[in-house]
Amino acid sequence: MSGMTPIVEMKKINKFFPGVKALSGVDFRLFEGEVHALMGQNGAGKSTLVKVMTGVYKQDAGEMLLEGRPMRPDTPLAAQKLGINTVYQEVNLCLNLSVAENIFIGKEPKKLGRIDWKLMNQRAAEVLKRLNISVDVTRILSSYSVAVQQMVAIARVLDTSAKVLILDEPTSSLDETEVAQLFKVIRKLRDEGMAILFITHFLDQTYQISDRITILKNGEFIGEYETGKLPKLELIAKMLGKELSEFAYTTNPDERKKAAAEAASDSGTVLSAKALGLQGSIAPFDLSLMEGDVLGLAGLLGSGRTEMARLLFGIDYADQGEIFVKGKRVAISSPKSAMMAGLGFCSEDRKNEGIFAELSIRENIILALQAKKGVFRYLAAKKQLEIADEMIRALGIKTPNSRNEARQLSGGNQQKVLLARWLTTEPIILILDEPTRGIDVGAKLEIMELILNLSRKGLGVIFISSEFEEVLRCSTRIAVLRDKVKIAELAGENMTESGIMRTIAGGK
Amino acid sequence: MAILKSLSRAKIFWPIVALAVLMCFNLFFTPNFFRVEIKEGHLYGNVIDIIKNASPIMLLAVGLTLVIATKGIDISVGSIVAISAGVVAMLIGGDLQGVPKYPIPYAMGAAVLVSVLAGMWNGMLVSRIGMQPIIATLILSVAGRGIAMVTTNAMIVWLYAKPFALLGQGYFLGLPFSIYIVAALVLLTALVTRRTALGLFIEAVGINPTAARFAGINAKNILFGVYAFSGLCAGISGLVVCSTVMSADGNNAGLGYELSAILAVVLGGTSLNGGKFYLLGSLVGALIVQTLTTTIYAFGVPPEIAKVVIAMVVLVVSLLQSFKFRAMVAGFFGKREFSV
Repeated sequence: MSGMTPIVEMKKINKFFPGVKALSGVDFRLFEGEVHALMGQNGAGKSTLVKVMTGVYKQDAGEMLLEGRPMRPDTPLAAQKLGINTVYQEVNLCLNLSVAENIFIGKEPKKLGRIDWKLMNQRAAEVLKRLNISVDVTRILSSYSVAVQQMVAIARVLDTSAKVLILDEPTSSLDETEVAQLFKVIRKLRDEGMAILFITHFLDQTYQISDRITILKNGEFIGEYETGKLPKLELIAKMLGKELSEFAYTTNPDERKKAAAEAASDSGTVLSAKALGLQGSIAPFDLSLMEGDVLGLAGLLGSGRTEMARLLFGIDYADQGEIFVKGKRVAISSPKSAMMAGLGFCSEDRKNEGIFAELSIRENIILALQAKKGVFRYLAAKKQLEIADEMIRALGIKTPNSRNEARQLSGGNQQKVLLARWLTTEPIILILDEPTRGIDVGAKLEIMELILNLSRKGLGVIFISSEFEEVLRCSTRIAVLRDKVKIAELAGENMTESGIMRTIAGGK
Repeated sequence: MAILKSLSRAKIFWPIVALAVLMCFNLFFTPNFFRVEIKEGHLYGNVIDIIKNASPIMLLAVGLTLVIATKGIDISVGSIVAISAGVVAMLIGGDLQGVPKYPIPYAMGAAVLVSVLAGMWNGMLVSRIGMQPIIATLILSVAGRGIAMVTTNAMIVWLYAKPFALLGQGYFLGLPFSIYIVAALVLLTALVTRRTALGLFIEAVGINPTAARFAGINAKNILFGVYAFSGLCAGISGLVVCSTVMSADGNNAGLGYELSAILAVVLGGTSLNGGKFYLLGSLVGALIVQTLTTTIYAFGVPPEIAKVVIAMVVLVVSLLQSFKFRAMVAGFFGKREFSV
């Protein structure tokens, strides 16, 4: 490959956003006739890199070459004219138009100023045939499966003189057979000489389809590898930015073992799930949580951690399996019913699913308790103040007073307010999805300290974090997930970073 | 100074200032604007008229305040006013001797009940079907006129039952009776929303429906409830409207009232983006709208231009609500301390 000129070459690309270095000195090469996977955790800079390439953003430094000549696409349209096409994760199609109309929208073949329907339908059928798809192009798009819709989105960009095809998470809403169908098309296009950039968080798919891999981490270029020569474990290590030799027991193994022993001695199971699952969201799983237990959920982005939490808390409605709280079977059909059963849940999306920005801190804290008590048993203002002030003191929320609006708080303090909201409901099980995301190091430590303290008091906690280190530090047991399946549970000696990674990579 | 500062932070402060400015304008330019006379034991004058004429809009604004707090809108209230007026008029009947067909309280109860059902229809479309509020209520806004016409057999029904005139024309302790209706409704609404958690839940749903659901609030029931309540308010408003003119006109009763009421709510400080709501603010807003109208007519401005003036006020208020616009103005004047 080194002898060839890449179709797209990006050299030392820098991109800054106010306060953030999104990309720094990133190199990237894409060759004709290859499927290239772009890998990295959340915030690694994958989408920023793609957006620079396709003219959505302009790089602050560095140069881009198209077949050896400098290129500067200013808009996505300019990039398309250069032959660089993108199919985004959220398919931008018109479900109420025909397949052919979707493929030719904005560039319909015309005859005497009017659309030449016959030619359009004929050419649409030809393009789809190139992808080995035979559908009736005059039928409306919504009558076909998501997979076919995905193909139509690809067909739309193929019609022009495409050299580069960028697929951003194309498989996230497809089932197994549909993925296979899509991969067939990708391989066919690759064999015809197209350069394909594939972005996914499914590790197995990366190994199935890609020829080479570029890894980014925190906006920095980690390396470019041939897929066959990069073991899965090493890929994970590089995505997380750790050397394999670095893996060791992390902090406080004694504390953890002690907690585990205590949990085992009490042995009151507070929560258990049997074959709980939801088609298209997460495969059926078993789970049990003791009093004072901290069960960590570990897995890469998109592995199904959040989906698991959403099922347990009734945000999504499980289509199979059962949930037991303290041994009693409970029907959890909504967050409210989960709350009544004794569960609490702090969402990973603080801004959109947690905090009420314009309400006061006090109101934010008492809201769940109030919902639990019902609309007519309104907490008196004095009682509200008492509860809020006690929580502000106990959790160390930094605010001059509880009347202030919640949006004035920093991320870490907002997280504590969310935690306070659920603690006031006196739950027996608390699910925390990424409680440490987007907050500074000091606040992270405080939150983890709080979690450990709560578990000592007998609360059952499910703790989700992308940082394996944090999961290890807090948890008494760890459930490992990969590609929407719970694949293992680790305890005791096996609870190490390398243990988790090996499990995710598939070796024991 | 400190008192003024904390006063100016209260949401009700600016609507009252706006009302005061309008009043001051009238003090200087409209002769006898503030003169109040006592005739036959009742108070008469421009100011009393303004409050009396604003009553139907105030009643609508109470219901709309809660709807708008959930980030919704109800543009069907004008049509519900017509339905309510039509139902009560038909049940009382146009007997020239003033003998009601059915007892007046029953007729009023039936009209309000029908209005609540209309509100529940809106609530069902918004909360269960998930329709956008403006579309859901547009349906009844259009269909409601038709329903009102059918109710009155497409005729204007005139009423002669004297006791019914009390609502819109009567006086109690020297003041127009309708003021007491408004006061009672606002008091009751304030009690129910502020002495229970309902107000907090409504605001929570308006600010962040997802987070509200995650916190265990049944957002659907809240939504359903506020639209049904808006229907109730429109029904009561319809009774007052019908009583004021002692007739029901399916075509024109409450025509355009929804816009005045929305304007009143927004002027009163409740944002169309949902969230915090201000019942008293909405009342002040309704008074501003009515004072504006009265002032314009007192000046002899022709009705077609009067609408333009009101439109200008709406424009200014909307612009002031837009963060972008305020930032632009602040930038224009070089103010750097502009806070978010």
